Order: sequence, then structure tokens, then C-alpha cells
Amino acid sequence: MTVEHVEARAGAYADSVTLMQVSREVASTPGVAAALVAMGTELNVDLLAGMGFTRPPSAGPNDLLIAIRAHDDAALSGALAVVAEALAARPAAGGSFAEQPPRTVSSAARVTGPALALISVPGRHAFTEAMDALDAGCDVMIFSDNVPVEQEVRLKDVAAERGLLVLGPDCGTAVIGGVGLGFAHTVAPGPVGLVAASGTGAQQILCLLDAAGVGVTAALGVGGRDLSSAVAGRSTRAALTALDDDPATELIILVSKPPAADVAADIRAFAQTLATPVQYALIGTGQPDLTAATEQALGQLGVPVPSWPHWPGRPASPRTGSLRGLFAGGTLCDEAMVIAAERLGPIGSNIPLRPEWRVDPMTSGTGHVMIDFGDDELTAGRPHPMIDQSLRLERLAAEARDPATSVIVLDVVLGHSAHPDPAAELAPAIEAVDVAVVVSLIGAKADPQDLNRQAAALRAAGAHVYTSNAQAARFAAELIEAAP
Amino acid sequence: MTDLLKRDLQLIAAGVDLFAEAAAGQAARVTRIDWSPPLAGTEADLATVLADPRRADANAEAVRRVQAVRALLVDVLPAGEVLGLGPRTMLHAGPPIDWVRASGPLRGALMGAAAFEGLVADPQDAVGPLERGEITLDPCHHHSAVGPMAGVITRSMWVFVLEDPATGRRAYCSLNEGLGKVLRYGAYSDDVIERLRWMSSVLGPILQAGVRRNGPVDVTAILAQMVQMGDEAHNRNRAGTLMLLRELLPAMIESGFPASDVAEAARFVGGNDHFFLNLAMPACKLALDAARDIPGSTMVVAMARNGTDFGIQVSGTGDAWFTGAAQVPDGLYLGDFGPDDANPDIGDSAITETIGLGGFAMAAAPAIVRFVGGTVADALANTRRMYEITLAEHATFAVPVLDFRGTPLGIDVTKVLRTGILPQINTGMAGKVAGTGQVGAGLVTPPLDIFPKALRALAAAAAA
Repeated sequence: MTVEHVEARAGAYADSVTLMQVSREVASTPGVAAALVAMGTELNVDLLAGMGFTRPPSAGPNDLLIAIRAHDDAALSGALAVVAEALAARPAAGGSFAEQPPRTVSSAARVTGPALALISVPGRHAFTEAMDALDAGCDVMIFSDNVPVEQEVRLKDVAAERGLLVLGPDCGTAVIGGVGLGFAHTVAPGPVGLVAASGTGAQQILCLLDAAGVGVTAALGVGGRDLSSAVAGRSTRAALTALDDDPATELIILVSKPPAADVAADIRAFAQTLATPVQYALIGTGQPDLTAATEQALGQLGVPVPSWPHWPGRPASPRTGSLRGLFAGGTLCDEAMVIAAERLGPIGSNIPLRPEWRVDPMTSGTGHVMIDFGDDELTAGRPHPMIDQSLRLERLAAEARDPATSVIVLDVVLGHSAHPDPAAELAPAIEAVDVAVVVSLIGAKADPQDLNRQAAALRAAGAHVYTSNAQAARFAAELIEAAP
Repeated sequence: MTDLLKRDLQLIAAGVDLFAEAAAGQAARVTRIDWSPPLAGTEADLATVLADPRRADANAEAVRRVQAVRALLVDVLPAGEVLGLGPRTMLHAGPPIDWVRASGPLRGALMGAAAFEGLVADPQDAVGPLERGEITLDPCHHHSAVGPMAGVITRSMWVFVLEDPATGRRAYCSLNEGLGKVLRYGAYSDDVIERLRWMSSVLGPILQAGVRRNGPVDVTAILAQMVQMGDEAHNRNRAGTLMLLRELLPAMIESGFPASDVAEAARFVGGNDHFFLNLAMPACKLALDAARDIPGSTMVVAMARNGTDFGIQVSGTGDAWFTGAAQVPDGLYLGDFGPDDANPDIGDSAITETIGLGGFAMAAAPAIVRFVGGTVADALANTRRMYEITLAEHATFAVPVLDFRGTPLGIDVTKVLRTGILPQINTGMAGKVAGTGQVGAGLVTPPLDIFPKALRALAAAAAA
């Protein structure tokens, strides 16, 4: 016998990462068979149905879903108590006279003065919070995705009028004043300033520079769409200007997802007017990959290019079949697709290189396929796959069961805010499959997860581990080509 | 160009706590926002209004104009003279309403006023003419006036005349009758009418003579001082009342009126701790009216209740009222009155909260927190919470216990909806049966549903 509890609690809110932790805690309560505690976004309601729960009659994105299946009533009430405990507000320190935390950025800024507002609320609310921050004289970093492009343009225009900077939306990474923001790495101060219309692209370059012993002045993520025709490099110009003005920045690296050609040309012309040289790492066919661009930057700085660390895996002759890529990083996925497509032909994807190569990300496709699990439509109401690996772990097992799969390539991104020990979950999953697994491991030496320990655990599970995503993609393609 | 790379990094984090934690773990200075989603269904309108290019400057201008006003008491006159009221027109508190929908205390006050004006011999006889619409009802707010509770003003009642010397604009309010069985709480017994007659025949003329002989009284300056003396200018006006009396009394004595009348007037004013409320209210009204009609401004310029509806007006939406059902206050009751005896919220006195006094300045008035059913800690928390929904801090109204932080100024419709925090109002409670009078005092908020209506209108104006 099982008992089921499904509730849509109006007006309760907690962020998706907190709720993921609550879900896990409840699911591991004795006597609980399944549990989901999440905001009632469409994706999460579908997830609930997929777990076999009755759909709540009405649930909106501002309602908190609590769904528990337990073996008996006692276990259910125990689980509900765990939910209540986990969601209970933490009492403010200092007793009843203590100040309560501010509720808006502008009210906080009244006390702190000009600040950098770090906005990671759900995308449909991000514009309002960001505009409030600009009104309060704050620069803004918007981690949130799912922000309409016209709102992005409006924010960036207002910022330009007021001499402020908007990083994002969908800005995963920044390093400012030595502090890693969002998904970022522990890197040393140094001569390079990074402008990035790509979160994981910036992370790859930061980590390769780190491996070469080169640090940064700042890394400014401008949002993956900044070099699109619609946004036209608005924040890229502002970020380039700020770094050009910074005496410690000797070289600027501009990294972007595939940019609009005319925008890229305009930015190159703009960069000509700067006193600081700019090295480009613009993903796309015929462009240097991130590793090559980093090597060129090292050349400009007169720093020798090291041999990029890699840890060879189990020698294996993979079976005949397709390449499947499971990425948390969009730019890493882009780069791997560009490299693999040159050798293997069309690569299906939810972020395809060509429109005709589009596939549904949630069903296993045929042929070579690479999925970006960090794409907007897969993160609504869910933590980013760098934090919550569960979707990718399920998919890893599913792809390996597909007899058409020959090689799986995936990225593991370390650093602040990422999963505290991704290899602990991934290594057993890799060990359990009998296809070749190639890992692109993006981490800096001083990252909290310990780069070498992560690499060793993944390698011990049989994976081929590379710190250069380009090398990982190339190796994966070669394995496919070498298969009988 | 941003100076982000030049200054020490200070973060303000809204959203996923993990990011704030990661930054704090790297020894960054992080202020965390206790963020929650805005009221469901308001996201699109919020985005439209926040994107309105006029908004930031319009709100800054609204705040500036409010604070630029100096409210001087320049005269005391019969309402008929200064407001041009005819014999069959009665002003009332709150948004527009007719007799059919009027609540008990408003009906009681209208009936009493009809008897006071001599339109009927007995207040009960006024029901017929009022039902038939033979007496015109109009909001005080539409005549640059405000009235506490029922807020009924008729031509023979005397009003304070407040003027902003820089612009010559004026605002008006009736004279305060004291507590208990009084017209503004809906009572209309003989002693109520008798008191009103004395106020018109003796008190009004003496105050007029006092003001004219003394010269203008700076009401804004008294407000600033009284907030530092334990008054919040809505439910506590004791210091303000005594300061007014201190200023006017010598001139009243010298006015030539019989000593016994002057003594009676002084006794009446000094014995009524709420006397200054009727000067605080028009001072707030005068200041807030300066901020009306600024296109793009999301600032609330009036909150008012007629005992049935709670209404707000917003700078950027002109004269439109956004109304919803007035709530029954939560508080303490006089004698053996209880919640069943209380009428829903009534009065223009929420104009004090609209400018950031009253419930917004509760931290300044710890002496009355128990009267409205709270603790001193609640009072501090109330005022601090109101900073979350306001645009600025008042430059001259300062709260000593908050280290002389300015009172929260300028309710922003968008912030109310983003935070779900409603304006906190201190108020008296009228009996719901006409003729009862005051039954208690307590705390109340506007109904939440009026703010999305105001936002929708702001969004429509922004898009146009």
C-alpha cells in the first residue's frame, strides 16, 4: 500500500536550488518512495506527472508543489514534517529588534551605496529586478535566463545612458575584484581581461590560462546574446571600454558563442580604437577554437604554451555507431559540434549549428547528437545542470543502452557554485556503461572540488579526461572514425 | 563608463542563495535580498511600467515636489466661504460614494450634518432627502480638502486653511471635535450637534483671530518636531497639539473675545490630543497634491476610505480612483465594544500614511504601540518594512530611534506588488451602526487588489 500527497501551496516561494535540496532530503526520508518539492512551472508539473503523481487541479509558477509518495501514513507525515522543517524561515539573528533583510535591490542599495546587483530570480521577473537595480545606480549581473531579448536591449540601453554595466542575462560567469561570481573559478590576478558572451567559453579560457600560470584582472560575462543582431554588442562595448581603462589589463580576450557576422565586424572595428590589444575567441566554423585562441593569447603575452593536462582512459576499441554529447555548457557544446561536424558530418542538437539539424532534446535521436542541458528550455524551474546532474545522469544511462551509441562526450565544470563533487555521482555512472566516455573537465587548480582528484576519479571509472574541450571533442571524433 | 572595476566590490544578491553563499565564501561583501515573486498576474504590467522611460525621473520629481512644500496655517474660515459649498452639498471622506452604498458611520455623519445645517429638524428626517439624492455628496479630496473618519464637511463648519507660500496652493480640513461620540465617527445625538454649533460660533472665530493676529503657523515645521517628540501624526498628535496651542494662545488671549470663551477654546484644544490631526492631514494633502499628475510616476498621492471602499490615487494616472473593499481594522476596543461592532475602515486620515507618517512612522511613537495592539519591536519592524515600498526617505521628518533616518516617503505601486507588503495604517474604528461613535482603534491595510488595478492603468499609460 502507498499513500500519496499532492499539494500546490499558493504564495510560498523558494529558489530552485534550495528546493532541489529539500526534494532530496524528503526523498531520502525512511518510508518515502518518491518526492518532488518544486515551484509549479510547466516543466515541473510535467515532471510530477512523469513521476506518476496526480496533477494538481491548478498550479501556477508562483505555487509551491509538494508531492510525496510514501509507504504509509506515518511515513507521509514524517516526510511532510521534513518539508516543513526544511522550508521554515531561519530566525533573524539579534532578536526582535534586529533589522530584517531588504526585499528589493533598491532598498538594499540605499544602505550599501552603489553595488553590483547579482540577479538570479526566475527569468520572467529578472527585468523588473534589474531595472530596479539600475534605478538605484547599481551595475547588474543577471544570471537568470529566459529573459526576452527586447527586455535585454532596454536594460542595456538604460545602463549605457547612466554609465552602468549590465552583465547578462544568462551570464553564468564573472570574475570581479578577484571574486568569482556565478559559476566561476578560483584564479590568480594577472594581465588578462576577459569579455565573454559565453559563460562556459569564459570558464574554459580561465582554466586554460590557469593551467598556463596566467591570471586575470577581470572576466566580464555579457550574456550569450550580446553579439546577436538584436543586442548588437551593447554590453561588449561597455565591457571592452571598462577593461581598456583598467591599467592592469594588458590583453583583452573576447569570447563569444557564434556571433552575428555584421556585429562581429563592428566590434572588431570598435576594438581597433582601443589602446589594449584584443584576442578573439569567437566560436564558429573556420575560427580558432577556444584552446587555439588561448594559445594565441599566451603567444602575445610571451608565455610558453604548456601541454594541456589530460588523463588517458581505458584503451578500448569502441563499437560502430554514433557520437552522443551531453553538455552542461552551451559554448562547450557549440565548440564540440564545430569540431566533430568537420569530421563526422551533421550533428543533431537542441542548439544546432544549422537549423535543419535541430532535434528534440528530450528524446534519444539517431545519428550524432549533442544536447545542451543548460539551454533555457531545459532549465525553467530547475537548477542548472552544473548543480543538478540528475537529468544528464539519466540520459547517460539511456544513451549507453542505445546500441547505436558508440562514444559519449560530456563536460564536467568545476568551480564556485557548481556541484561540490560531480565525480562522486558521475564516476559510478560511467563505470556502469560499456561505451567509451570522453570527459572535458573544466577546472582551475585551486577550485574547491580539487581538479586532480576529480580527474583521477573519472579516469578510474574508465573515462578519457581532457582539460581542453577542443582536444576532448577531437579525440571523441577520432574514436568514432577509428571504430570498425 | 562604469566604475565597477575601480571600486571595492559590494554585491547585492537576489535569487538563488547558492551564488550569494559562494561569493560570501570568497570573502566578498554580500547583502542578500529576501526575494519573493511579485503578486501573480502582475509580471507583464510590472515589466511594462519598469520599462517606462519616464518613470525614474517622474518619481524623483514627485519626491522632490512633496518635500518642497511648506504648509502654513494662514486662516480659519467657514467652509462655505472658502470651498464654495452650497447649502445642499456635503463633502465626505474617501473615494466617491452614494447614499445607497454608504456605511453606517458615514450615514450617521451626513444625517447629523443635515440637522446641524438646519436642513432638517431631526437627523432621522434627513434619510429621505439623502436617499432621493436631494443632497449632493462629493469627496473632500475633489475640493483640495481632507476630513478624518466620515470626513463630512458642510458650509457652516469652519476649516483650517493651509497654504504653500511658494505656489499659493491651498488645502483645507475641518476642526477636530475630540473623541468618543462625535460626528466624524457617525454619532449625531443632540450633544454632538451642540458641540458643532459651539465650534462654529466660538472656537472657529477665536482660532481665526488667533491665526490672523499671530501670523501664519508653520505646520510642516511642527510636524518635523512632533515626530521627534513621540507623535506619528495620525493616532498620536499630543505634542503637535500642544505646540500649536503654545503658538496661538497669546494671540487668542489678545483677540478681544471674552476671557471665558478663550479659556473654553484653549481648554477644548488642549484637552483633545487629536486636535492637531486636522492640521497634519491638510499639510500632508498639500504636499502630496504637489506631486499629482506627473506622467510616468508610480507614486501614490492619496489613500482614502469612505467606510465602504478603500481608494488610492496615483500621480501618473490623474484623478482616477482605484478602489476595493475597505477592511475592518485589527486593534483594541473601547468598553464592551467588539469586532462585530466595528465598521470597515473610514476616513481621509490615511493621507498621513501616504506621506510616510502615521503607521509608517510607528517607530517614532512607541508610546502608542500598545494602544494599537503591538510592541515596540513591532513598531520598529513596521517602519522598517515601509522603507521597502517607498521611493525615498523624508529629508526633515526624522525618526530618532532609527538614528534619525528620514520617514519612508512616497509609496511606489510597483514596490507594493513586488514585495507583497501593504501600506500600514493606524486608524480609529467607528461603530458600524449610524449614531454609535468611536468603538476602538487599531491597524489596517488597503485591500491588495487595488494595487494591480493601479498598475494596469500605469502600464496602459506607459504603453500609450
